[in-house]
Amino acid sequence: MSGGLMDGKRGLIMGLANDKSIAWGIARACAEAGAELAFSYQGEQMKKRVGPLAEQLGSNIVVPCDVMDEASVDALFDELKEKWGKIDFIVHAIGFSDKNQLRGRYADTTRENFTMTMDVSVYSFTAVARRAADLMPDGGSMLTLTYYGAEQVMPHYNVMGVAKAALEASVRYLAEDFGKDGIRVNAISAGPIRTLAASGIGDFRYILKWNELNSPLRRNVTIDDVGKSALYLLSDLGSGVTGETHHVDAGYHVVGMKAVDAPDIDVTVKKED
Amino acid sequence: MSDVADRVKKIVVEHLGVEEDKVTESASFIDDLGADSLDTVELVMAFEEEFGIEIPDDAAESIQTFGDAVKFISEAA
Repeated sequence: MSGGLMDGKRGLIMGLANDKSIAWGIARACAEAGAELAFSYQGEQMKKRVGPLAEQLGSNIVVPCDVMDEASVDALFDELKEKWGKIDFIVHAIGFSDKNQLRGRYADTTRENFTMTMDVSVYSFTAVARRAADLMPDGGSMLTLTYYGAEQVMPHYNVMGVAKAALEASVRYLAEDFGKDGIRVNAISAGPIRTLAASGIGDFRYILKWNELNSPLRRNVTIDDVGKSALYLLSDLGSGVTGETHHVDAGYHVVGMKAVDAPDIDVTVKKED
Repeated sequence: MSDVADRVKKIVVEHLGVEEDKVTESASFIDDLGADSLDTVELVMAFEEEFGIEIPDDAAESIQTFGDAVKFISEAA
């Protein structure tokens, strides 16, 4: 594509799992706008999924990276430096928690799972951002993904909500750290989307239905909705924006109570016990 | 073969990249068709989407073979 918003820009996509992933919606939007992409994946299970998707977007840079391992993160950025010299943007779509603790009470989160969830879902962005910034001598844009459960209590989101709150705070601090170098750091707070990651969250279908019936746009968002907003934040269209948590949630975050026209969905969607 | 079985088979063949004749009643997704643990989650998501049904976690765990999937979906759809 010529004359695209992302022509000549090169970026890393971390956390792609399959064609339902939010990272896929973002990667596709960037590629269609002319960006050249690299992908990182964790483990063999992901390698066989990410490889063909990367190929679809014309990318042959597919690098393993375990964000819990400093040496692995170093190796990823060494490879990008060798291949590209510098980069223009990164997309961080990584989070993890024990799914058994994404239901029931937050109060029952174990110290072990709390620490692991914060490490994978929060610190990984900081670890990656620091190294990415070193490859952005002409400025750049960094993006991570969060959810409204960081701001308000959402059923079953539990420790992930606490982690996303820390992630959003780290976006603000990173924005300050890198702002003077022309590097912008933002987060997209996407509404619920049926991804592989979401399959670990209790009562997810109920949450989806509730959002569809009660958001101002009266629908759920898609990975393409998120991709288009990501394009704005990653391209020069977002040149004056940093430190922001941008909601791509059909407006759900402004709603104070159930819509009057929304039916009682208890009868149509079964809740978990 | 029922319509449900045909549709389930089509999803399995496409997702796992296996020959259609390998997808028999008793074929186990993991042991016979080469699925990994993420494939099984993705298959369940694909079934839910195709048939507009809900497959709870405990039911999903009991769906081990092609026959299990067809049986569950036929009863739920």
